[in-house]
Amino acid sequence: MAATPPLLTATGVTMRFGGLTAVHSCDLTVHERQIVGLIGPNGAGKTTLFNCLTGLYTPTEGTVTYRGTQLPAKPHLVTQAGIARTFQNIRLFPNMTVLENVLVGRHTRTKEGLFSALLRGPRFRRAETASARRAHELLDFTGLHGKADHLARNLPYGEQRKLEIARALASDPGLLLLDEPTAGMNPQETRATEQLVLAIRDQGIAVLVIEHDMRFIFNLCDHVAVLVQGEKLVEGDAHTVQRDERVVAAYLGTPYEGAPGQAEAAEVEAAETHAATPHPEENEPR
Amino acid sequence: MTTLARHTPLIPLPAGPARIIAATGAALTLASTFLPWTWTTAFPGNLTVTGYPGGLQTITLAGAALSLLHVLAAHRLRGLRWLAPTGTTAPTVLLALGTLATTWYTLGAIARQLGGLVNLEPGGLLAAAGSLLALLGALALPTDLPHPDGPAPGPLRRLRHTFTTRRPHPAAPLPAWADLLLIAAAFALGLLLFTYGVDAEYGELFVGYLLLTIAGLAALGRSGLTARLTTLTARHRTLTLTAALLTAACFPLTLTNDTYTNLATSILIFATVALGLNVVVGLAGLLDLGYVAFLGVGAYAAALVSGSPESAAGVHFPFWAAVLTGIGASLVFGVLIGAPTLRLRGDYLAIVTLGFGEIFRITMLNLNGKTGPDITNGSMGIPNIPDLDIGGFNFGDTHDLLGFTIGRFGNYYLLMLLATIAVVLVFRRAADSRIGRAWVAIREDETAATAMGINAFRLKLLAFALGAALAGLAGTVQSHVITTATPDQYQFAGTVPPNSAFLLAAVILGGMGTITGPVVGAALLYLIPNKMDFMQDYQLLLFGVALILLMRFRPEGLVADRRKQLEFHDDAPPEGA
Ligand SMILES: Nc1ncnc2c1ncn2[C@@H]1O[C@H](COP(=O)(O)OP(=O)(O)OP(=O)(O)O)[C@@H](O)[C@H]1O
Ligand SMILES: [Mg+2]
Repeated sequence: MAATPPLLTATGVTMRFGGLTAVHSCDLTVHERQIVGLIGPNGAGKTTLFNCLTGLYTPTEGTVTYRGTQLPAKPHLVTQAGIARTFQNIRLFPNMTVLENVLVGRHTRTKEGLFSALLRGPRFRRAETASARRAHELLDFTGLHGKADHLARNLPYGEQRKLEIARALASDPGLLLLDEPTAGMNPQETRATEQLVLAIRDQGIAVLVIEHDMRFIFNLCDHVAVLVQGEKLVEGDAHTVQRDERVVAAYLGTPYEGAPGQAEAAEVEAAETHAATPHPEENEPR
Repeated sequence: MTTLARHTPLIPLPAGPARIIAATGAALTLASTFLPWTWTTAFPGNLTVTGYPGGLQTITLAGAALSLLHVLAAHRLRGLRWLAPTGTTAPTVLLALGTLATTWYTLGAIARQLGGLVNLEPGGLLAAAGSLLALLGALALPTDLPHPDGPAPGPLRRLRHTFTTRRPHPAAPLPAWADLLLIAAAFALGLLLFTYGVDAEYGELFVGYLLLTIAGLAALGRSGLTARLTTLTARHRTLTLTAALLTAACFPLTLTNDTYTNLATSILIFATVALGLNVVVGLAGLLDLGYVAFLGVGAYAAALVSGSPESAAGVHFPFWAAVLTGIGASLVFGVLIGAPTLRLRGDYLAIVTLGFGEIFRITMLNLNGKTGPDITNGSMGIPNIPDLDIGGFNFGDTHDLLGFTIGRFGNYYLLMLLATIAVVLVFRRAADSRIGRAWVAIREDETAATAMGINAFRLKLLAFALGAALAGLAGTVQSHVITTATPDQYQFAGTVPPNSAFLLAAVILGGMGTITGPVVGAALLYLIPNKMDFMQDYQLLLFGVALILLMRFRPEGLVADRRKQLEFHDDAPPEGA
């Protein structure tokens, strides 16, 4: 499978909060043009792992390399390197317009500084037009055309999630990390998001996605990793993971009966409990 | 109570009689201003004459006339409908309220000052009765909007409902020249209004003016005219800015004496510094509690190189070099303070800047030759800063310009206006760029901003340094205007603006992130204490009360930027919907 060198490699990532080990010695690899799923019960440490990958947390141990270079634990440098992300609890810039949100995403790919802005030379104007054009393209791509002048906070929930994706894509990433992109969405919106993720992959962008919706995971992912209590339990293609007893057990709490269909029920339950709480307490650093 | 119709006002009367009552009240009030209100000229403004209004009576006259016009507009009188595109009742009530407040305040002031109600003439009593009648009539007018469905509303809900209006539907497009004319007229009117306030000769007149102005501006908002004007100015932004600057440039010509020109210059300095602070607070969301120190750094730096005989530096730079020195010194201090603190999040910055502000002042006090090296003359400051002389144009002399005589303060006012223009341009262009968007993003959510690739520390430092540099620019002009730089001008809080607390208040009260907001806020915060010095003891108390009321009822500030307008009022539909 791994003919090409990996895009992202995390080795031995451990994150401790005082006495709590949220992520324990995790290895993860994402290859070019792959969609990788990251699943696990609530509190397993998935978001924490994302935060370690994107530099929001400095891992207690372990390293993250992207395209062969080790990433510093500075979010803006990680984005600069080519990894963009969305947040589980939507973190748009609520009082900026939709277009402005996407333009902020262009920040790393543009250079115009303060003096350029004050002097308003032709270079500045050209850069602004180009940014705006790209932003509009992305709004079209994510299905937000016509919403450019709305305030982000006034968008319906599903569109806010789309806008987060558009904003992340604006930084021209090589790898996109999605933290529960369908949380709080109805089935139609979820299917639309599936299509969107596939389209993103078709543009040559690898995707690492956390999801509780198992159908979403099995429809999309080339590769799935299961995180339980901070440790990577199983890894493999969707079917291998789906059948693994340990995964079923992890979702149910205790392994009993082992009746077929049990896993399905557990997944549904997990997805539902999750969907019922679309706004979990935020756990990104402030 | 099914008898309550959907437009039932606070006082349930049929619309016809209500209108008659309101109109009669307004007309009586109007008439009363042509009668004497008191018998002696001991009360300022001479309210004893028959046949024409004097002093505070003119304000009552204006209020009554406006109320009357609105009542008539409600009667669908042709040619008056433009007065209130969204509804006439709310503005009528507000105007009647403003008239009542001004009139009763005047009568109260007469009674207090002259010792008792016996000092009122029948004209005064007529004014009191007329304004009350007008308000009662206005409160009986049918509300502009129907009550929401549900149980019949109680009196309090009905009162509140009196003030609600709908958003104005877009006006029929006018030819461009009409737009221009309207904008020009609006600015001329604004200038007239503002000049009246600055020119107000005694405190009572200013209070009356203020009461009616507040009510009048609120009425303008309710009648939908403000929204109409905003669409116009948004359509012609550059033109509006030019008109605003022209108006500002004409301002000293309208003033009657040098004291007021001096006042106007001080307001302009205050407003410019507030605009600079708006970059830091309004755009980047950094709470800077010691901002006035950067003004001080600029002022001291300019004073040292101004050629003042008391200056330790003993050099005399040309003005442009002095400006660069002031800007440079402030910039350096901005970076020095910002670099170690801006890495931290939260309130550290507020505390450190508060400390820095005081350290600056105390250091300036101590560099007096006794407790430290002799650089600033301690509490004496650096006096005798010579007047500027740019290319043979001496700022200390009186000049004739286009038939107008412009004195020393007029010269400096115009110079300061150039600095203001520079700051406005910097603010506008910076805000509308990649850098400005990054600042707002940091203000909105710093974590998300860094995850989008923004180097938050660098951008915050940039905002902080730019803010400092702008204050430094204002400081160089300020030291030349007041010819001295002393430490006690640059305090955290004091009774005379600019000080850090008032600067922040001007930005927040006026409207964060806007250009008009801090200017309006600064003008109010400077004028009010200046004109109402007879209320000195209660000044800070009133200030506090006003701030609390404002934050309760209009948290976005007097002038809301497009974003804030939507942020605080959820019912507002999104733009472009
Ligand atoms: N900043 C923090 N400080 C302390 N503990 C934290 C912090 N962030 C996360 N944790 C803890 O780490 C554990 C893993 O949390 P995490 O949010 O990564 O789980 P998750 O797999 O994303 O769960 P969910 O599916 O609910 O989003 C939890 O026990 C959580 O309480
Ligand atoms: Mg999570």
